[in-house]
Amino acid sequence: MKASLIFAASAGAVLVALAFRPTAVDAQAAGSELTRQCASCHALTKPAEATVDRLWTRKGPDLWYAGDKFNKEWLVTWLQKPTVIRPGGVLWFKHAKPGEPRDTIDTAAVEKHPAVDAEAATKLADELMQLKSGGLVKEGAFKPESANAAMGKLAFSKLRGCIACHQSAAGTGGLSGPELYDAGQRLRADYVITYMKDPQQFDPHVWMPTLTLSEPDLQRITGYLMSLGKEKE
Amino acid sequence: MIRFGIAALGLVALTGAIATHQPATAGSESPKIAASAHLYDIYCAQCHGVQRNGKGVNTVGLSVQPRDHSDTAGMSSLPRDQMIKAISEGGGSVNKSALMPAWSAVLSKEQIEDMADYLIYVCKCGTAQ
Ligand code: HEC
Ligand code: HEC
Ligand code: HEC
Repeated sequence: MKASLIFAASAGAVLVALAFRPTAVDAQAAGSELTRQCASCHALTKPAEATVDRLWTRKGPDLWYAGDKFNKEWLVTWLQKPTVIRPGGVLWFKHAKPGEPRDTIDTAAVEKHPAVDAEAATKLADELMQLKSGGLVKEGAFKPESANAAMGKLAFSKLRGCIACHQSAAGTGGLSGPELYDAGQRLRADYVITYMKDPQQFDPHVWMPTLTLSEPDLQRITGYLMSLGKEKE
Repeated sequence: MIRFGIAALGLVALTGAIATHQPATAGSESPKIAASAHLYDIYCAQCHGVQRNGKGVNTVGLSVQPRDHSDTAGMSSLPRDQMIKAISEGGGSVNKSALMPAWSAVLSKEQIEDMADYLIYVCKCGTAQ
């Protein structure tokens, strides 16, 4: 009696474990892992109607142009051990609270990202790399030979005010935009320059404004951003 | 001048009475004010503060601090046209800091005009025009 109970219990546990084992079994099945596990929070295709309300209610950043945006190696690593990219969460205004000497972010309320195992991460990264921006990001937009990273740093931190919304080192900079201190590992240069030039191409309502940047500014700031996070390798 | 001042005071009292308590995204205002408040929460509060007091989450290292939009005296000296210009074309266009970005790529002309009216409402600047 006792033995069979234990048996039943452990069989149940195995069943539960199987049911919750996310990928190893399921990955072979037809259909996309991404669609099943990730689409509830991320747009995987370009939204037909990108309204302010859509932005206001989205649960995660858009991934429909992920293949043009990310370095695959970074994706594989991050999906297994996600770190905070947006200090205020995907929508900073949902976690901001008034304070002195300034408003703060309720960091405890910022969502933690689900993690997956190494095998799943590789598969998901492969799928993400298939998602392209439909020609928005053009290869070769960034020209490394003409980019002076030191001048880019000055533009980023002082002249052009990017630091108001982005951190260029942990703890240095604003909180409403994604951190950029690992931009060189995370992001592709052609995406960085294209986004910076006109963020509204990616979402017409995103709260990064289109800043007035000359072509040399764009090149040198991208050069600077691509150098961030490289030291750690 | 004195008479104007008294009239202005009356106006301030009046708008004060209507507005009673200060905004954020409360419910009872006109639809235009509510719509502008919503846009302000997304685009402006990051620097100008959730309480519109210039103390947003992004103000840590800024060399020039954002305007306190709740400051009646300070904001009263700002003509509506200049607000519209600053919001559309950025601080640089009105000889202020370029840390105040241009919003014409994000907000429509009409939304920017409504935003100026909203700022006049927020600062209780009954006298601004
Ligand atoms: C519960 C909602 C939720 C689910 C489910 C979810 N994510 Fe996310 N994801 C988020 C949020 C929120 C962020 C923003 C994290 C940050 O910026 O710190 C994010 C960020 C990301 C990023 C970085 C994007 C960027 O622009 O910086 C990637 C890549 C990503 N998720 C992939 C996935 C994948 C793959 C899955 C499915 C296995 C998944 N996510 C499932 C909410 C979710
Ligand atoms: C008013 C705030 C603000 C300012 C000023 C600003 N940004 Fe952004 N930036 C954002 C936001 C918000 C996003 C996108 C957030 C999202 O998609 O979740 C973004 C995204 C980016 C990205 C893409 C990063 C990613 O992970 O997708 C880059 C690159 C970038 N900004 C560079 C810059 C540069 C360079 C400047 C200065 C010339 C600048 N930003 C100024 C708010 C700002
Ligand atoms: C990246 C931070 C930032 C954001 C976002 C921002 N502002 Fe500002 N704003 C500033 C700064 C800094 C100043 C002060 C400029 C100065 O005094 O030189 C300012 C000043 C202003 C002024 C006063 C201009 C003048 O002539 O004195 C107005 C009006 C204004 N902002 C409106 C807005 C509105 C409306 C929004 C949202 C659509 C907004 N700001 C978003 C930083 C910002």
